[in-house]
Amino acid sequence: MMRKCWAIAKKNIRIYYLKGPVLIFGILFPAFLFLAFAIGRNVPAGSLVPGLIGMALFFTASATTPAILPFETRTRTLERLLVAPLPLSVLIGGDVVSAFLYGLFLSAIPLAISFGILGAVVTRPVALIASIVLSALCFALMGTLFSTPPTDEPSAIMTLANLVRLPLIFFSGVFVPVSAMPQWGQWLSRISPLTYTTELLRAGIGQDVQIGPWWCITALIAFSVAFWSISMALHRRNMCRRLAL
Amino acid sequence: MSAAIQVDGLTKRYNSHLAVDDVSFEVRVGEVLGFLGPNGAGKTTTQRMLTGVLKPTGGRALVLGRDIVSDPVGAKERMGVVPEVANPYMEMTASQNMAFAGELYGLPGARIRARSQELLREFNLWERRDDIAKRYSKGMKQRLILAMSLIHEPRVLFLDEPTASLDVESRRMIHGRVRELSGRGAAVFYTTHNIEEANVLCDRVAIIRDGKLVALDTPEALKSTFAMSQSVVVSFSRPVEAAELGALDGVTHVEKHGDKLHLFTAAPGALIERLAGYAQQEHVEIVSINTPGPSLEEVFVSLSSDTSRSGGPR
Repeated sequence: MMRKCWAIAKKNIRIYYLKGPVLIFGILFPAFLFLAFAIGRNVPAGSLVPGLIGMALFFTASATTPAILPFETRTRTLERLLVAPLPLSVLIGGDVVSAFLYGLFLSAIPLAISFGILGAVVTRPVALIASIVLSALCFALMGTLFSTPPTDEPSAIMTLANLVRLPLIFFSGVFVPVSAMPQWGQWLSRISPLTYTTELLRAGIGQDVQIGPWWCITALIAFSVAFWSISMALHRRNMCRRLAL
Repeated sequence: MSAAIQVDGLTKRYNSHLAVDDVSFEVRVGEVLGFLGPNGAGKTTTQRMLTGVLKPTGGRALVLGRDIVSDPVGAKERMGVVPEVANPYMEMTASQNMAFAGELYGLPGARIRARSQELLREFNLWERRDDIAKRYSKGMKQRLILAMSLIHEPRVLFLDEPTASLDVESRRMIHGRVRELSGRGAAVFYTTHNIEEANVLCDRVAIIRDGKLVALDTPEALKSTFAMSQSVVVSFSRPVEAAELGALDGVTHVEKHGDKLHLFTAAPGALIERLAGYAQQEHVEIVSINTPGPSLEEVFVSLSSDTSRSGGPR
């Protein structure tokens, strides 16, 4: 089944990495959003690093999975996948793997900027690696949850995804560290998986944190399990409805 | 012959709508079973249940002994499927599409390469194997889909309208391949709207109406069961008035089809004699004359529209 899962992932890499909605909402949009925040403001360079890497991971890893199923529905390639000898979990798993790799590879760009230009230094490598790997997985799974409504309109799903993603970046320690937020903001930040990414990244580069690294790792794993369980239940219910579109 | 597909009481209900109602049949090893019905009769729903895409509300289906509900992966490994509306991946080449299909069925790389070459050559796609599917004609795409469904040498094949709106060459190629596969022992479940296609291709034909199986037999047996009307088809060396022929004894009505006149009668033999007399009297030559039997189309139309018939297959 691992081979079949990888076959799905390879197909996604070949077809969906360069699709317009994925490039726009996965790379260009967060890049411009970050530049709009960072340029012209008197912010220490080092404080930008967790937000830059966290936002890149968040948008890239959650960009491909919402687009895949609507595209497969529209182009009439979905039924062939459904008649193949593999469980639905392998089919969706292949989508998650391709999204995870997309997030992982593209995080190399902000990492290079952070360590090459902004002068960040790794103090706790395990925390840094865990933050990147677990966050890429968690956000890929979050994207799978976005893809559950049965539609053949990728733009409709991308809009839905952005309705959730955009508010999250404002109370997840991307632009302002969690420790600098008001009390209500700090409470609100706990319901966002992105908070645990930015906190873990801060721990990895030696900055002050509000939430301990092990709590962050546990939270990212818990969010991943929840996203997978809920999205699989919804996909099982909705998958056949796509064929009627 | 043993059953490759065994269907017992298959039922699909969507809330209050009964899409497929207690359908039972079998497809034997080496048999092509045509599955006919009007739009919305339940053809595609039935195929989707048999291929594991939809979960039945009731009943069960076995594919080479594997239950499609309790062992869907085992059943799907043994079948090849061409869905009603399916496309290859347009951004991928024919070779890449074939490799992807092979990987989904768990074939080793060397086997995928060998089967891909064999099938792409058979379906006249080998020369264009490195072109992306977007550049293919509709017939080429459909041939590629069929080739993808055969990559793992399935012993059971489900085809849903595989030749719909295809050119003659592609249609003939697909028919030829279906016959060859059936000759080698594959069971084929062939859903089609095309009655003539079912007539020439299928060993038996099942007709579904309003979710119920209303007929299941060989094309010839169905035609003889439904010998409702007899007729004589005649063409003359020059145009003649249909009304004149309609006035001949025993003719119930006349239809003009191109240069031929279709004369309906209860006694075709006697009518032929009268037509010969008419030709002699009017100094006109009979170019062709024949007495066609009832067509499968008549059977289909009768069963598809007759609401008084009971649900059981004959």
